[in-house]
Amino acid sequence: MKGLEELIADASVFAGLDSASLSLIAGCAGNEHVRAGTFLFQEGEQADRFYLIRHGAVSLEVHAPAAGSRVIETLGEGEVVGWSWLFKPFRWQFDARATAPTRLVAFDGACLRGKCDADHELGYQLMERFASAMLERLQATRLQLLDVYGNARASA
Amino acid sequence: MVPEPFEIVVKRRDTTDTWTFELEPRSGEPLQFAAGQFTMLSAGGAGEVPISISGDPDRPERLVHTVRAVGLATRAICDADPGRVLGVRGPFGTAWPVDEVRGMDVVIGAGGIGLAPLRPALMSLLARREGYGRLVLMYGGRSPDQLLYPDELADWADRGFEVLVTVDSAGPEWLGHVGVVTRLVRRAELDWTATAAMLCGPEVMMRFMVAALVDQGAQGENIYASMERNMQCGIGHCGHCQLGPTLVCRDGPVYCWSELAPWLAIREL
Amino acid sequence: MDGVHVIERNDFDALLDALTRRGYAIVGPTVRDQAIVYDEIASSADLPAGWTDEQEAGHYRLRRREDEALFGYAVGPHSWKQYQLPAEVKLWRARVDQDGGLSNVTEPPRESPRYAFLGARSCELHAVGILDRVLLGGSHPDPADAGRTKDLFIVAVQCGEAGGTCFCVSMKTGPVAERGFDLALTEVLEEHRHYFVVEVGSERGADVLADVPHGEAVEEDRTAAGAVHARTASQMGRELDVTEIKELLYRNYDHPRWEEVAERCLTCGNCTMVCPTCFCTTVEDVTDLAGEHVERHQRWDSCFTVDYSGIHDGAVRGSAKSRYRQWMTHKLATWHDQFGTSGCVGCGRCITWCPVGIDLTEEAAAIRESEEGPK
Repeated sequence: MKGLEELIADASVFAGLDSASLSLIAGCAGNEHVRAGTFLFQEGEQADRFYLIRHGAVSLEVHAPAAGSRVIETLGEGEVVGWSWLFKPFRWQFDARATAPTRLVAFDGACLRGKCDADHELGYQLMERFASAMLERLQATRLQLLDVYGNARASA
Repeated sequence: MVPEPFEIVVKRRDTTDTWTFELEPRSGEPLQFAAGQFTMLSAGGAGEVPISISGDPDRPERLVHTVRAVGLATRAICDADPGRVLGVRGPFGTAWPVDEVRGMDVVIGAGGIGLAPLRPALMSLLARREGYGRLVLMYGGRSPDQLLYPDELADWADRGFEVLVTVDSAGPEWLGHVGVVTRLVRRAELDWTATAAMLCGPEVMMRFMVAALVDQGAQGENIYASMERNMQCGIGHCGHCQLGPTLVCRDGPVYCWSELAPWLAIREL
Repeated sequence: MDGVHVIERNDFDALLDALTRRGYAIVGPTVRDQAIVYDEIASSADLPAGWTDEQEAGHYRLRRREDEALFGYAVGPHSWKQYQLPAEVKLWRARVDQDGGLSNVTEPPRESPRYAFLGARSCELHAVGILDRVLLGGSHPDPADAGRTKDLFIVAVQCGEAGGTCFCVSMKTGPVAERGFDLALTEVLEEHRHYFVVEVGSERGADVLADVPHGEAVEEDRTAAGAVHARTASQMGRELDVTEIKELLYRNYDHPRWEEVAERCLTCGNCTMVCPTCFCTTVEDVTDLAGEHVERHQRWDSCFTVDYSGIHDGAVRGSAKSRYRQWMTHKLATWHDQFGTSGCVGCGRCITWCPVGIDLTEEAAAIRESEEGPK
């Protein structure tokens, strides 16, 4: 079994961090295992953590009355679940649900924020990595918004 | 230039607005074609439309077309039932480089109805499975009920394709991926410098797909895309399908991306 | 075949008679609706004798000449395109059966009249060749297109004066026709003599000439014809620097000039209608009310319409800028890659017949100047 530090070092979002930083981060992390159907968090709850998926799948969902749940995005191995712990008001905007038996590394957001406040170099390194991952997800979301497979103005 | 009569022998509904037709030539003469080519298809007097061939190039006895009802001509075609006759001219255009990419890993990147023109390439690759490295289908659709050929997706997976499907939106009952198709590229671990890609889908989707492939290390000259323009005559005479220095009906629809990329960067070309 | 000959004006109708006897339908210039157009010609009386034209950007006027020249004008709104690729053609007609199939398919006869083009100018011969290459030079030549110009007999006329919008010298398509004709005439008007210096370009041309009273050209006749050619070449109303023009335009798809020209362009498509090489066509299926018969018609189309570039979710070229740019870059640049030649012969029709006087030589020069500075 790999130790937490190794698991974290393997994740692309933490790629390139030195071992001191990795062990600082690992100090805020722990392993978790959830069954299919388990909510990691739900909309409106306090956002005090985030996850790295080691194995399994997680879907981000939004629930509307009558319409039920819609899946906005699915996340898999090596991907990060959750950004809301980083920014005020630290509240989840969506539901995150495991759609398969899923192994995760869970990170204590308050712990990590505290370490970033104390060590701005670590804070910068982490922010840069999270911003990059968020940008990729934002761009992908924008493409989704285009509804490119739709049938807007048919003529032929 | 008179259309040849082909009788509908099988009509299968794929999605709410898309049907797949199997056609037999009245002449008895099979329409030989290469994967990637298209025909000009018509029903009665409702006009002609370019439709890619979706069948198996090794089995040309039946001409297979998947048609989405989006306008007058395609609606007239989709309204036609077995026993009716459609007009066919062709086949026209260039082919997927199925032979040229032997020995490589191959990504088939399809968006929406773009899987239909890629189906012949997919079948050719599977028929010669031992000639290729990894075969990966990355297929993006709008929602699970809008996916083409769901039964075949499973069959292709059994026969050696890694089938990755993602949709833009789904209910919680969908167990596959949700997200834009380019995200599948980032998740796949391939020997990208030795990977060929064949793409068909909305132009925006293909552009972003190429960007994702190139980011991973794929070479532009190993990426091929099938383009859509207003093909009307199919034979390079009517001018409508110009794409910069090329005519899509003659020099396409399948292009090598590295040749096309500078032109696609020009707006309203 | 060799040798240069002379036909006197008084014997000119014998040339038309000789063509008629051989079964040719003679098409040539005639005056109609205050313009010189092409139509069937029975005798020299149908030709625009004593007329000339004033041409400028967005301007065309007929004016009387002080002599009785038969060919004393430049090219008009028509071109030979209307015979190579008529504005509207019925491709076929068929019955629609119960099962939706077509039966009793009839295609119109492929044999057109055998045409003799009288008065084709050098730029026009180049245009005929360019259009032939598009229609017949690919992998799917249409027999219907081939039939229309089979056995074409061409009586070229060497231009006696250049029009105000001509630039064939720049395009190396004129003013002197050097090949591609059966006979080529240079009209010479002297104080007391009106005659044609005749070059023979084919066996058929020699055969026709043999039926027409003519003499051998003497030194003075040749000199007179040469002077006509030189004068015309020196009179070009426009010029276009075609040095690496393909590369120039390929580099400048984002040039601000396209926006500027689009502010004037009405996207009316006149330039494409008068252009002797613009070949775009569309087809339309026409059914009777009962839906029992269908006809497919082919007619000229224009890249200036929005529908022209329509794909399933809209038009690729929605703006006037993109449509003008498409047209001009096609003529001068992409045509080279598509068909191996320029698509422009320097006839100037697109300049003359543009209702707002847009001048492609000016547009190309503006783009060039922005790179190289004014000339």
